[in-house]
Amino acid sequence: MNIAELRKKLLAAARANPPGDHVPYAFEKRITALLAARAADPLALWVRGLWRAAVACVAIALLLGVWAFSHSTVSARADDLSQNFENTLLASVDQNDLTQ
Amino acid sequence: MEPTEADLIAAVLRGDAASFEPLVQRYSPRVFATARRYARREIEAEDIAQEVWLKAFEKLKSFRGEAPFEHWLMRLTVRTCYDFLRGHQRSRESLFSDLTGPENDWLERFVTQPEAASENADAARLLVGRVLEQLSPQARLVITLLEIEDRSVKEIAQLTGWSVPLVKVRAFRARAEMRKILAKIATDKYL
Repeated sequence: MNIAELRKKLLAAARANPPGDHVPYAFEKRITALLAARAADPLALWVRGLWRAAVACVAIALLLGVWAFSHSTVSARADDLSQNFENTLLASVDQNDLTQ
Repeated sequence: MEPTEADLIAAVLRGDAASFEPLVQRYSPRVFATARRYARREIEAEDIAQEVWLKAFEKLKSFRGEAPFEHWLMRLTVRTCYDFLRGHQRSRESLFSDLTGPENDWLERFVTQPEAASENADAARLLVGRVLEQLSPQARLVITLLEIEDRSVKEIAQLTGWSVPLVKVRAFRARAEMRKILAKIATDKYL
């Protein structure tokens, strides 16, 4: 079978039979009704608004998260964790020494 | 005097949704003709057309009026059809062994006397439909626009939003994909 010829024939068949352009009865009325229903639906407006708010909140949370993470890294570097731990552990001993 | 297209669009943007109806009436035939190229059933074509008009209403603000409204709408239609194809990627495993009698007859005729196999036959139309169904969404879109609708690469780039080199690459791959499917028909049927 000649594949190239078959391809050409089938594409010619597709070109020779374009799909119809008829529109179902009152299609434009259906679209207008759908648009009106969308506009009249308060829940849809709320949902859209809440989605937008949610996106904004996530963006702010991410920014704050990044800021907090970078800030905590800097302060952790400034204060030595092992030193803090040791001070806390030996705080009672130090206090006893001071009182005696 | 009938309002012009620009008047209707301006009225819709001012909040008069009723002015959208004449636009739907005027351009729906083109939207349906495009949608039917990609839909398998009439109900799917209606879903696509409905989606196109709802999107058009939502995005009308982005229409700047530099190009005709029809061009803007056709871009939206083609992109919606592509989304539809991607969302409805049917099982492309359907084999060519279940071809109908007239399709088999057409193929037989094509093998014995290629000139006698008319491209106007219903069987040829059904067969090409089957072949297009087997293509990936990208390949189907490119083959339809390039080979069936005879559009230029530049036009396809504008309609799809792809770059010109990307359209060329996808056209090359789509043709190869189609050749592979046709070779499969030959193998299934004659080997």
